[in-house]
Amino acid sequence: MIDIGFLASLLASSIRAGTPLLYATLGEIITERSGVLNLGLEGIMITGAFTGFAVSLATGNPWLGVLCGGLAGMLLALVHAFFSITLKANQSITGLMLVLLGLGITGFLGRNYIGEVAFYLDPVKIPILSDIPLIGQVLFNQDPLAYLALILAAILWFILFRTRYGLEIIAAGEKPEAADSMGVNVDKVRYISTLFGGLLVGIGGAYLSLAYAKLWTEGMTAGRGWICLALVIFSGWMPQRAILGAYLFGGLDVLSFKLQATGVGISYHLMKMVPYVVTIVVLLFSVIRKRAAFGAPAALGIPYVRGRKE
Amino acid sequence: METLLEMRNIVKRFGNLVANDHIDFEVRRGEIHGLLGENGAGKTTLMNILYGIYQPDEGEIIFEGKKVRFRSPKDAISAGIGMVHQHFMLVPRMNVFQNIVLGYRTPHDPLINQKWVEERVEALSEKYGIDVALYEVIMNLSVGEEQRVEILKALFRDIKLLILDEPTAVLTPQEVDSLFYALKSMTKSGLTIIFITHKLKEALKVTDRITVLRRGKKVGTVKTSETNERELTRMMVGRDIVLDISKPPREFGKEVLRVEDLWVRDERGNYAVKGVNFSIREGEILGIAGVSGNGQRELEEAIAGLRKVEKGRIILDGQDITNKGVMERESIAYIPEDRIGVGLAPSLSVLENLMLKDFKRYRKRFSLDFDEMEKRAMELIEEFSVKTPSIHSAAGTLSGGNIQRLILARELSRNPKLIIASQPTRGLDVAGIDFVRRRLIDAAMKGAAVLLISEDLDEVFQLSDKIAVMYEGEIRGVMDRKRANYEKVGYLMAGGLEVTV
Repeated sequence: MIDIGFLASLLASSIRAGTPLLYATLGEIITERSGVLNLGLEGIMITGAFTGFAVSLATGNPWLGVLCGGLAGMLLALVHAFFSITLKANQSITGLMLVLLGLGITGFLGRNYIGEVAFYLDPVKIPILSDIPLIGQVLFNQDPLAYLALILAAILWFILFRTRYGLEIIAAGEKPEAADSMGVNVDKVRYISTLFGGLLVGIGGAYLSLAYAKLWTEGMTAGRGWICLALVIFSGWMPQRAILGAYLFGGLDVLSFKLQATGVGISYHLMKMVPYVVTIVVLLFSVIRKRAAFGAPAALGIPYVRGRKE
Repeated sequence: METLLEMRNIVKRFGNLVANDHIDFEVRRGEIHGLLGENGAGKTTLMNILYGIYQPDEGEIIFEGKKVRFRSPKDAISAGIGMVHQHFMLVPRMNVFQNIVLGYRTPHDPLINQKWVEERVEALSEKYGIDVALYEVIMNLSVGEEQRVEILKALFRDIKLLILDEPTAVLTPQEVDSLFYALKSMTKSGLTIIFITHKLKEALKVTDRITVLRRGKKVGTVKTSETNERELTRMMVGRDIVLDISKPPREFGKEVLRVEDLWVRDERGNYAVKGVNFSIREGEILGIAGVSGNGQRELEEAIAGLRKVEKGRIILDGQDITNKGVMERESIAYIPEDRIGVGLAPSLSVLENLMLKDFKRYRKRFSLDFDEMEKRAMELIEEFSVKTPSIHSAAGTLSGGNIQRLILARELSRNPKLIIASQPTRGLDVAGIDFVRRRLIDAAMKGAAVLLISEDLDEVFQLSDKIAVMYEGEIRGVMDRKRANYEKVGYLMAGGLEVTV
């Protein structure tokens, strides 16, 4: 039977597995809210994961690794922003190109890093709180980046819905001509949102190699970037809802391992399919639930040209 | 009164089309200045230049005595200019509050000072008598309410000059009255207003002075108190247009279209056309009057072959074409209600749109004879006076009136036996309406049968030889034009029972 210890460790690792998803989902939410569709998450995440790992190995400082992983993500996002905002190219194609680019380049550069052990992020126990049974182990015995992700979700919620910047981002994604006519620089807003989104996705990737897996393997994102794209839809483009979605999918990921360990007689391959199957179900569900309040930003993926006739 | 704004020698070109041709425009502080002209005269382009959306190719702008250059709406706003666009610039999923405050730096920026905004909006609402529900989402507002939000949004930014682009196009008569009242009260507190319109009566009613544009050029500026409808019409269209089209008497030929007991469903699967019967002869115009949404669209689409017929028959020129393909309908010209969606392929060029139905005639080995096609397209553009930068411009970029001319050029130049024209003049200016109606009558004179579907009773009475009314999917009474009158038709349109005629 499932005991309390098993449950605690399951939940704790769900959060660890969900944290990289949370970073990437939050990043893409900001990007998409401004009207830019970046399908390149998978490529940006893996680039962040590799860069983070390599920098940590070289410098001995995992924090520097996380930072550089984020910056690498930002760099790829800059490519996407340049193509989709300045050149007004097809955003889907540019995004898909980033996936291939990220996977390819990290596969090539990462060959010598397989099997290495880098300095990784340790959990930080929060005094007193971490002694609470179950909850303590689940919530208050995580690494700093996991705590930061939660705080970040709250901050992003605040920025989006309580500040001028948030209004400008949302307006740029919903009806850019309206934002422009009120003096908002739509291209600037979209650039900043896309770069910031890339930063978070890159950090999510770095977390994967420096805190979750604590090693580098080729293609280690294993479709997480795609799952995050679905999570953005699942969360209805709301940062606060992304928390639930990310941890839920983290949990599904972990469950397949844990159940394996307890000797449940289901094929490992079937178990590994679960997150992806759930992704499809979630997407189906979101399509059926066509409530406008949860819908995608109206101008998502559409380049903005001032004064264009409809 | 002192001069607030001067636009000197403004030129704006789009390709080969000169939208603004050396326009001088001067506005005095505290006046309501009407900017009058037909669709495509260059009114909106001129104001978009003033608001920083377009950059002029030539000319200069002097605002409050200083030479200015607005690179974006942001510059115009900070100089004190606000604009309410014809198509509202509101974010539908945001509420009124968020739309008003969008892009504005309240005290404690970047935080939004809710209380400060509320007080300010309330003060403005009170001052000008403009009420809005501050926390209602835009999607749930009526058009009139949306317009109030737009005006408030501009006033919120402490503007000196407010541009209104065709503000009455979407309003009910009552809403127009309260808008005019609000505008008057704004000028009393020192605001200056530019009022773009193509409606003479409104320009005469609310403005102090009127500037008329025609085909991108300025015709002149007049004092409203010293002019009249007749003079303004002449300035707008360059001649006196009398919308009285004579229709010579003629003999009708053999039957071209016969519709027997036609049943058609709408998108939701309900019957929208319920057992309709009628016939049209050569040279005859049958006008179907009725309020939109009574099955007219389904009827026209069934005859044009865009919608499945559930029951009944459509006979064209003796051939049963019920549920047949387009090849059997080659002799039908279709001028649909939805011009951009159904009438043309907006992203294709004018040339391609003109040739959509005829390209087979220009086959040349494995390709098409483009020289011939271009030659033909130039002729058509000339004949139907389609104003376009070039035949290679995307058709969707043309103005509404020119899109309709383009569709007429394609459809009527093929010598059709049957013409289906649905709301053919809706949204067009005086010259456009005149043009379309004359063309339809010309086609009938040449022997085409015309099915005219229109909400405009004047149009139905002016053009038709026979008049029918469509109500809830049924045809109520087909009557001879001579025996019809407005009361009778209006009674049927409102759901009155069939009268014996």
